[in-house]
Amino acid sequence: MSHHHRRRTTVEAYDASDHNRAPLPLVGDAGQTATVGLDRMTAEQLDEFGRELDDVRQRVLDDLGQADADYIRRVIKVQRALDVVGRIAMFFPFVLPVFVAGIVLLGISKILENMEIGHNVMHGQYDWMNDPLVDGRRYEWDNVAPAEDWKHGHNYIHHTYTNIHGMDRDIGYNLFRVDAEQPWYPSHRFNLPLAFLLMLFFEWGVMYHGVELDEYLGGRMSKAEFTARKKRALQKVRRQMLKDYVLFPALALPLVPFTAWWVPLAVLGGNLVANVIRNIWTFLVIFCGHFPADVETFTEEEAQNESRGQWYFRQLLGSANITGRPLFHVMTGNLSYQIEHHLFPDIPARRYPEVAKDVHRLVEKYGLTYNTGRLSKQLGSVVHQLSVMGRKPDDPYLVGNSPESKALRRAKREAAKRAEEDRVTV
Amino acid sequence: MGITRKALASRPVAALASPRSVDDYLDLVHPMLTVHQVRARVVEVVRETDVATTVVLAPNGAWRGFRPGQHVEFGVEVEGRRRVRVFSVSSSAHGRRRGNGRFSVSVKAHPDGYVSQFLNQGLVPGTLVHLSQADGEFVLPDVVPDDLLLLSGGSGITPVMSMLRTLHESGHRGRVTFLHYARARSDELFSDELDELAGLDELADAGVRIVRVYTREPEPGAELTGRFDLDHLRRLGVDPNRTLTYVCGPAGLIASVRETYDALGAADRLRAEYFKVPAVDLDAADATGTLTFADSGTAADNTGATVLEQAEAAGLSPAYGCRMGVCNTCAVKKNHGAVRHVITGEISADTDETVKICVQVPVGDVDVAL
Repeated sequence: MSHHHRRRTTVEAYDASDHNRAPLPLVGDAGQTATVGLDRMTAEQLDEFGRELDDVRQRVLDDLGQADADYIRRVIKVQRALDVVGRIAMFFPFVLPVFVAGIVLLGISKILENMEIGHNVMHGQYDWMNDPLVDGRRYEWDNVAPAEDWKHGHNYIHHTYTNIHGMDRDIGYNLFRVDAEQPWYPSHRFNLPLAFLLMLFFEWGVMYHGVELDEYLGGRMSKAEFTARKKRALQKVRRQMLKDYVLFPALALPLVPFTAWWVPLAVLGGNLVANVIRNIWTFLVIFCGHFPADVETFTEEEAQNESRGQWYFRQLLGSANITGRPLFHVMTGNLSYQIEHHLFPDIPARRYPEVAKDVHRLVEKYGLTYNTGRLSKQLGSVVHQLSVMGRKPDDPYLVGNSPESKALRRAKREAAKRAEEDRVTV
Repeated sequence: MGITRKALASRPVAALASPRSVDDYLDLVHPMLTVHQVRARVVEVVRETDVATTVVLAPNGAWRGFRPGQHVEFGVEVEGRRRVRVFSVSSSAHGRRRGNGRFSVSVKAHPDGYVSQFLNQGLVPGTLVHLSQADGEFVLPDVVPDDLLLLSGGSGITPVMSMLRTLHESGHRGRVTFLHYARARSDELFSDELDELAGLDELADAGVRIVRVYTREPEPGAELTGRFDLDHLRRLGVDPNRTLTYVCGPAGLIASVRETYDALGAADRLRAEYFKVPAVDLDAADATGTLTFADSGTAADNTGATVLEQAEAAGLSPAYGCRMGVCNTCAVKKNHGAVRHVITGEISADTDETVKICVQVPVGDVDVAL
């Protein structure tokens, strides 16, 4: 398993349900300034960069209206229709093309529900509509991960501390080594086969990730909180399983006398395949948005007390886009515009293509890099990264369980302890 | 409740639709077809005065009806945003005048009331509106007593109008005094209907009196003039100690009615409903302490405004609905500290209680889960 930095920094409380506020930066000792981006821009340029992106955000927020409301409702209608038609078609497994079409339609419906609707609504992108249907606080998605815990881990932790080692639990999800800064452990030899398995069962991975067992074991989460998370997850799993693998197959039972004994089993299998289709697709989009080789990561030290511009800088360099046609973008929930999403997580995703023009302009102006490419290119880069990072590094300090690495961590721990004691005595 | 509706509202069907609700799928067929959510079609928009409108609504099957005096949350979409406000039902509970299942709300445009303005100018028949079930304790008892006073001021007339209409249509026999205060006749809602009802012999025989007082432009030869006072009741022969009284209107009217009833020891005969949240006249200088928003880790000096307004000023965006203490959308946990209700003045200081932040102002140090 991956490493854990000790958290020396104060994490200011932030209400993950209030999406319209800009996330708070990582707060460290007073007087210390963040070094994020200073190798490529001056502090003044970073401030100006921050102001310009804030303007872009505000311009879109001021422009939200009926067109955005109509759009999300249309997507919801299409998704529901695909859901219903797909599920009905699955009751005809003896007409193979209809059955297969049913599975595919249900898979597409689940993709739309998780990506363009669920993910974006739970970011609060449509809270301004004041419509309970798309209220980020109340929304629950078609996925075994409970919305509440996912929102905390994703909207708050991942989107605030994006790509900061020791803070963002999404850097390899405590499962993979995706970055050279992460220490290598023997389990990382299985980076690629494990990633393949996670792809098939991605929703389960998301659910497990949200329970935060590692935080509990590391003593950073109370037993009560952990128990509550487990309970919520189990409840959600029960509901999802009941629907997909009990109730819908049971609805096929009356068909048995007229057709064949295996029809309910076919419905069950169809549901399973539809869930797997959704899992594969969401895995691809998310891995390609975060783990291509050139995506940058940061340390707590360099991100402490960062400015708005530095926060934006970190989001920009910490994400990657995927190019494609409009329908492709809708199917990814516009997370193919992962960079724009990380810059502006709370503005409706349908606005990302228009926002991308402004981001391009600023990237050119300040000579920054903009990580984008076709799905095949980004996927190739992810596979390459997983396989390279899975190999044991030559540097013993990068091997997590080497004596050198252990000694280094011990020294760091003691230094931190001394610093803490100094602070107390002073 | 029909058998289909019952089946659709059942647990197995809910489990099949999970995590969505059944209504989300029925919506695909027709927006009015729902099991849980109340929706209504605007049938008619009647102009009552220059600034007041009655909206006649045909609700769908999810509507469970109302008792006269109750209110309903009314949501219309304008430029993609749903605006929700609370309005009193103004029609008779028997619905004979309006036809099958229909009811109406009457709304006076507020100079800065976005929704009430829209209802006056932009609402057209055929519009779909989102409703809550009818709610509120300001209702007639199941057995209506022989002596009843329905007292109202300004647009506070709507809930008592619903009561009057219901009593009339149910053929209630008993003494009912309907006393309404408006600035002028041109300002009054339902003038023609009230004239008509006042002229009906059958009502007079039954003991119904309809008296209107125009405070700014009194009618020549008016029976009563000026603002409410005990003398008005005496001249109408109403004994507060014996008469169940419903009063609805602005805070000033309710305060003077309440004082009068308190002085006579008749407070238990009085039912009151405010029609407008009074502006909090706590001086900013008088407001002390710190308002802490625990969940977001922010704090602000108490300004004396409502918790909701102070939270918004601090950059938070808590959920809210009616902003007048009715719909409960804004209810949050108050961790500790005392809050004062802007309408009743009641102070609650219990630790760990749920409060509606739109009508509570902090008194001293307060900590809320926002």
